[in-house]
Formats: sequence, C-alpha cells, structure tokens
Amino acid sequence: MAGGDGVKLLGYWASPFALRVEWALKLKGVEYEYLEQDLQNKSPLLLQYNPVHKKIPVLVHDGKPLAESLVIIEYIDETWKQFPLLPQDPHEKAKARFWAKFADEKCVPAILGTFTKVGEEKRKAANEARENLKTLESGLEGKRFFGGETIGFVDIAAAWLGCWTRIAGEIVDVKLIDEETMPELCAWLENVLEAPIIKDCMPPQDKLLEHIKGGIHKMLMAAAST
Amino acid sequence: MAEEVKLFRNWSSPFALRIVWALKLKGIEYETILEDLQNKSSLLLQYNPVHKKVPVLLHNGKPILESLVILEYIEETWKQHPLLPEDPFEKATARFWARFNDEKLLPSIRDASTKQGKEQEEAIVQVEENLKYVEEKLKGNVFFGGETIGYLDLAFGWLANLVSVLEEVTGLSLTASGKFPLLSAWMQNFSDAPVIKECWPPRDKLIIKYQAMIEKYTAVAAPK
Repeated sequence: MAGGDGVKLLGYWASPFALRVEWALKLKGVEYEYLEQDLQNKSPLLLQYNPVHKKIPVLVHDGKPLAESLVIIEYIDETWKQFPLLPQDPHEKAKARFWAKFADEKCVPAILGTFTKVGEEKRKAANEARENLKTLESGLEGKRFFGGETIGFVDIAAAWLGCWTRIAGEIVDVKLIDEETMPELCAWLENVLEAPIIKDCMPPQDKLLEHIKGGIHKMLMAAAST
Repeated sequence: MAEEVKLFRNWSSPFALRIVWALKLKGIEYETILEDLQNKSSLLLQYNPVHKKVPVLLHNGKPILESLVILEYIEETWKQHPLLPEDPFEKATARFWARFNDEKLLPSIRDASTKQGKEQEEAIVQVEENLKYVEEKLKGNVFFGGETIGYLDLAFGWLANLVSVLEEVTGLSLTASGKFPLLSAWMQNFSDAPVIKECWPPRDKLIIKYQAMIEKYTAVAAPK
C-alpha cells in the first residue's frame, strides 16, 4: 500500500546492501513498495534510475532516485525523523560514519578474500579479516549496540557482515568471529540479529546458504582457473 | 570561548587539502601539524591508530578521521558559509558524487597514470566515461555547489591541479584534449578562487613527487 510520499525500493532478495536499506525503512515505519530486480537481466527501470553503477539498491522517493546504500540510509534518516539512526552529536555522528566506512572498505574485502581465495592467500586474508573485525569491535566501546542502547546506523551497516560471515564460515570451515578473541562483537551480533525488525527482514536462511554456497563456488572456480 | 582546532596533514595530500579549504572558507582558526608520512608522529598514530593517515582534525581534543567525514563534521559544527545543500535529496546527491570521485574517478585516473599496455588503455576508457558524468553534473552551474564553492567542489577539487600534473608527467591527455569544456572551465574557476588559490602545494614539487611515483610503478611492472 503506497503512502502519499511514494517510496519505492529496487532490491534483490540476497543483497545485504538492499537489506540494510530495508532495515532503515522498517525501523522508521516508512511505507514503501519493494521491487525485486533480476540482476542477470537488468530492467530498464534500474538502468534508468542508476545509470552510473547499474546496481541495487536504489531508493526512489517521489520519483527521484538515489543509489549507494549508506547514502540512502543517511537520506532516510534526514527525511523521516522518527527512530533516529545517526547520533545528534557531531563527533559521535562522525565516529558512526567512520565505522560504517571501515566495515565496508576494510572488513568486507578481507572477509570476501577468506572465502574466495585458496592456500596462503586465504590464510593471509583470514588473518587480515580477524584483525579488522577486532578493530571494528573497538568501535562498540563496551556498548550493547554501536548505536548505544538501541540499534543505529553502524548496527544496520554492519549486522549483515556478521550473518554472512557465519554462513560462509560454515561452508568453508573457517571461523572469523570467535567468542574467545572477540567476545563483545559476538555478543553484539547475537543481540542485533535477534532484534525484531532485523530478524524479520532476513532472507530465508536455507535459501541464503545455497545462494552463498553458489557464490563461493563460482569465485573459487574463477580463482582456480587463473 | 576558545576553540582548539588542529589539522594533521602533509604538504601534498589532496584529501588533507579538502579540509584546509573547508576551514578557510568558513573562516575557522586552526593550527597545522605538518606530518612527514615516512616518519609519522606519535600523536598522529595515537589519534588515527586504525589507518595511520592524514588528514586528522582535532577539535577540543577529539579526533575526526576520513576527509569526507571531516567535511561533514565541519559543516555541522560551524554553520557559516554552508557547504552542503539544505534539501536532503540534493545533499544525498552531493554525497553520492563525492563517493563516485573517491571510489571510481580517482582510482581510474590513478590506474591510467600508473598502468601499462592494455590495462592502461582500459583505464583511459574508464576515465573518459567517468569524466563524462562529471561534465554532465556541471551543466548550468559555475561550481558543483551552484553559484558558490561547496562540498562537491572540494571533493572534486584535486582534479583542478593534479590532472595537469599527471598529464605533464605521463604525457596522457585526460582533460587537456578539450573534450570536457565545462570541466575545464570549472578547473580554471575553482583554481583561481581566492581561498583555493593560496593553498595549492608547489607545482614543481608535485611534478617531482608524481614523476617518482610513476617511475616506481613502471619499474615494478616492466617485463624482465
């Protein structure tokens, strides 16, 4: 049921970047129409709304498109003021932006490397991933969530990372988020993935497992053939 | 009320330069701590243990890191001479294009300057595609910020002097070809703007620095 504001989200069921935009919209109770995209066969709509990157997610608000999930989430936070995601204090806000960027730019590539490389490169990637995750943990500063008592910007930016890492870890038998060395990050992950809206939006875990398995297999094949 | 603002930077970083421009445009008094990146100070390592990089802004003892994050912090803390649009959609669009610069345009120009053979050809094609988007953005505006310099001008600002340095050092023609008239005009206008002009690092030093950098890349890539 579309609200007067006309919010549409172009997404893909297995994309964590679309997922985090959905988390933001749902936490704020914003009504929106979800349009599932076929990424192997991109729609004219997607290409029209995101000609630069041709990727999802794209948020369309009153006919105006926005791309890049973290840019979209900040836009959502500024447009719908209920359930604020970013802190008010400029320094705390800057810290939140820093950690979301760190998760995307440092944690993600290293984690990806762990699951898609082999041999010595895999070992190095895993070590780097663990170091980066340990650094990310320091951003919690002993709090329940990165946002404090409630879920905030960094929580929805990084929660998927924990979930995907766990699943991939089961597939290739590598544990990256480990209770002994990262107790706070583990506790955070438990708390955030159990939170009502976060949990409800997750794609079906069995489908996701198959999807991630397929993705890893494809990337390992590609790595083996070079 | 005395505010303590310090900026850790080095002589040439285009990311640190964004912060110098922002502080000057807003008329904020600050102290510069010039870093030698081959020999980083213990203070820099203390304030930016994660990345160990410049720029770092220190405001009343609290560090802020990452140039685009720092620009937003400055904007939120000192309201004079606004750099970002008020409208959330316009603001989001500016952020999108700043990220495009950092994540697509800049790496493509770096690749075009440092790679060889087929990889370089592909990078050059990518640069042209990317610059077309930037050119399109400038239609109907003197600056990316409209009538005055704004956040996005500061994000793209490095182009206004480093492109010609790279063209001189590599012999490539990125914008010198005249293919991007609006961008070339912007580069001139931005470069000549009062606050921007006085901050450029010395060109001769930049030529030496980038010459050395490119020679290093070329030596590594050279077939044995």
